[in-house]
Parts: sequence; structure tokens; C-alpha cells
Amino acid sequence: MTMKDNTDSMVRFEKVKKVFAGKAVLDGMDFDIRRGETFVIVGPSGTGKSVTLKHMVRLLTPDQGDVYVGKDCMNEATGSRLAVLRERFGYLFQGGALLAWLTVGENIALPLREKTTLTEAEIQKRVHATLEMVEMAGDYDKRPSDISGGMCKRAGLARAIVTEPEIILYDEPTSGLDPVTSRTIDALIARLKEELGVTSVVVTHDLHSALSIGSRIAMLHGGRVAETSTPVEFVKSKNEEVQSFLKSQFITEAGQWERDAR
Amino acid sequence: MISREPEFFPPSRNMFGRLGRSVVFSFRETGRAVVLLVMAILAMRHMFKKRSRTEIVVQMFVFGIKSLGVITVVAIFTGMILALQTGLALRQFNQEVNIGTAVMVSMLREMGPFMTGLILAACVGSAIAAQIGTMVVSEEIAALEIMSIDPVRYLVMPRLVAMLIMTPMLAFYMCIMGVIGGGLVGQTQLGVSWDAYIDNATRFAEVKDLVVGMFKAFLFGGIITVVACHQGFATTQGAVGVGFATRKAVIVSFLLILVVGYFVTRIFYV
Repeated sequence: MTMKDNTDSMVRFEKVKKVFAGKAVLDGMDFDIRRGETFVIVGPSGTGKSVTLKHMVRLLTPDQGDVYVGKDCMNEATGSRLAVLRERFGYLFQGGALLAWLTVGENIALPLREKTTLTEAEIQKRVHATLEMVEMAGDYDKRPSDISGGMCKRAGLARAIVTEPEIILYDEPTSGLDPVTSRTIDALIARLKEELGVTSVVVTHDLHSALSIGSRIAMLHGGRVAETSTPVEFVKSKNEEVQSFLKSQFITEAGQWERDAR
Repeated sequence: MISREPEFFPPSRNMFGRLGRSVVFSFRETGRAVVLLVMAILAMRHMFKKRSRTEIVVQMFVFGIKSLGVITVVAIFTGMILALQTGLALRQFNQEVNIGTAVMVSMLREMGPFMTGLILAACVGSAIAAQIGTMVVSEEIAALEIMSIDPVRYLVMPRLVAMLIMTPMLAFYMCIMGVIGGGLVGQTQLGVSWDAYIDNATRFAEVKDLVVGMFKAFLFGGIITVVACHQGFATTQGAVGVGFATRKAVIVSFLLILVVGYFVTRIFYV
């Protein structure tokens, strides 16, 4: 199965439904992520944000509906085809998901060592360049247990981008971090988009982060997308769920987030 | 094998429903473990690649060399107990000299592989289940999959190969240490000279005993690894789940070692 011709579409959900323990977490989810944009998925806990992200890389399979990556249907991909499709993604997990027995540098080198034919010198060069990009140049030999949560996330991000993927998925990149580190991560996400031109999908419940980095923001409610709009439109939205979510994070007027960002 | 798909079964109110469910679950778990074994065997085609070789050697060191201390102590005392018990019984017939045969045959046929299996299930099986379970909980396995790194090839295959090599070697080492332990008791407690003990021990033991014993150990190594990896991959519910997976890995390995040990003995000696 192939999707209708839309060369700008990187990831597309078509009426995706997923049921957990008798409850529909995704209930006819529909959206389309365009090439090069930063698509932010927001919503309260338990609305299926991370579940949506996991469907994109087929860590979960829809009960109904289809997930497309480019023109390929993820639901139907298996074995080596699925591996090829997954190689188009970089995925930053909530906790970084670094392998505990490897150093930071070895973690970042892992996908290159396992999946490419690069020489060790080339791998080292690329790992050090990526570490520099995430501002961890001197941390190659540290173990994941010896670095902070924010550094774990940055190291996880370095591992996600070292293979130069087309799409980077961020699962709660700022959760559990202090505001200063959160803004550092936001700046990093924005810089990666500028420098690498990647398509980014960010799942978060941090609206300040969503408004500052997102090209478009999708609000999830009841297993569906309640609203998709640009940050400017989002804060002006009349949608009840969006308004309630904005108020919960003290964003009460349209221009406030822009002032905060400044 | 590695499933993140949610499973929801409405609670059953009657005994038959619960019984039926546990039977279905048992078959499903067994099936998944067998699939994991088959996948690990298929992944062995990568075992001679440099990275896999290095990992296998590392695992052999972790499983084998680091278990040597406990295996040495258990082996010597197992041999000493065997020698003492059989020696005291045989002394009534003035046949103490035959403790050599008793200890050697017991160690080679049963006690060597069996005790090695139990020790490795407790030390290595629990460690594998806890490590993989923690990796599942902290999404490290998911990270490997997204990087298109097959967790079976990367994690299970090297551990399986290392255990298949190290378990027979450790079992053989245990037999030697057990025989030495028996000899010590023979000489110090039962008045059997070292030469007579060794002569008696080697005269009646057959090559078949050694081969069957090592074959058993080989099977036990496979059982321990597959059960532990399977339980690790099946971990849910965070830290509690890791503890549960570890406990279950050890219990299931113990039971399978006993059952498989019996049937191998029956096949080769009856």
C-alpha cells in the first residue's frame, strides 16, 4: 500500500486507532507532518502523545488505520524493510536510553559501528563532531551513570543524529529538567533544524517549549488531534481544550509567550 | 518475542477460566522462548564477525572466570560430601577404596553438570534477566530496535554462545575439583591412599560418562540463557517487573535443569 502522492509529507497518520486495556488511546488519529518542519504534539498526560510517537517507528502497531513514512506504509513493513525505514529516524527517548555499560562516546558510535562500513577513524571524527554539536565535547569517556539527566538527553540526542536521519523524534525532551537546561535543549532542537534541515517531531507537555520551537502544534484530546495550528494561531485558539491547556501553564494572552521568549 | 503490544484480558470469575488462562499463558511463553532460541541460533551466523567475537569473549570471561570461585568451593565440598557419605556406607563392607568410583561417576554423570547448572542459573541467569529487564524498562531495547540493531544478535547470541562454551568447561572443572575434594576426604577421614583413590576413580569411569555429562551441561547452558533472556525481554512494570523476571528466570531454569537432566540420563543410561 502506498499513500497518495504528496512529496512534502514525511509522516502521515490516517484514522489510526489503538486500544489499551479496553480504552481507545488513539481513536481515529489523523495528521500530516511536512518535510523540514518541527511538529510539536502537546496534551495532558495519558492522551497518547508517546504512543503516537511509537507508532511512527513501529514500536507499536495500529489496531486500525495506517501510518505512512514518506510513501511507505509502516504497518506493512517487516524485517529488513522495517529496518531500512527505521534508519530514516533518530529517536530521543525520555531518559536518553543510553546503554549503561558503554561510555557516552561508545553509545554515540554504536549505530555507526553496527550499521555502517565507516572506518574507526571516520567514526571517531563523526562522534567527536556530534558531541561538539550537543556541547559535550569533553564527555566521550564518561559513563551514563556519571552524567546528569540533561547530559543524558543531550548524549541521547547525539546518538539520534549521528547517523544523519531525515526525521528526529523527541519524546518529552525537557521533562524532568530545570528551566535553564530545558531552554538549552530547546535551543539545541532549533539549531539542529536550522543546521541539518531535519524534520522534527516533538512530544511534550511543556507549552513554553512547544511555542518556542514548533512550526506547528497539534493538541491531542480524546485520542484525536483537537487542533493543529502555528504557535501564533495556537495561543489565539478558541478551542476549549487548547484554552484550558494554555491557562494551566499560565499563558493567558496571545502575545505573552512571545514576550516570554524574548 | 519482544512484544510491546498491550494485552488485556478481562478478569475471570471462575476457577476453570483462570486455569484455562494460565495454561494458555504457559504455552504462549514457551512458544516465545522457543522462537527466541531459534532466532539466536539463526543469529549465530554473525558470531565470527570481529565485534561479535569480542563480545563473546567478554561474556565468557564474565560468566566463566567470575564464577570460578563459587564453583571451586561448591565442587570441593560436593566431592567431600559424596566421598564421606559413600565412604561411611562402604566402610561397613570394607569397601572404602571404591569411593573413587562413586565420586568420579557421580560427578561426571550428574553432580558436575547439575551443580554447575544450578550455580550458573543463580549467578548468571539472574544477572542476564535483570540486565535485559532493566534495558527493557529504560527503553534501551527499543533504542536498539530503532537503530536497526537486532537485540537478539547484539545481546542474546553472544550470551548464548558464551554459555554453551563455558558451561561444559565449568562442569568439567567442577568434576575435577569434586574428585580432588573426595580424595582429600578419602585420605584424611577414610584411610584410602591417594594412589588407590585415583586408580579406582579412573578404572571404572567411562568416556561415555564424560561425554553425556558435558552434553547435559551444554543443554543447561542453553536453557539458562534462553530462559533468562526471555524473562528479561518479557519484563513489564518497572523495577518490580525486573525483580519478578529475575526470580522467574531462576525458578524456571532450576525446574528445567532438573527435568531435562532426568530425561537425558534416561535416554543415555536406560
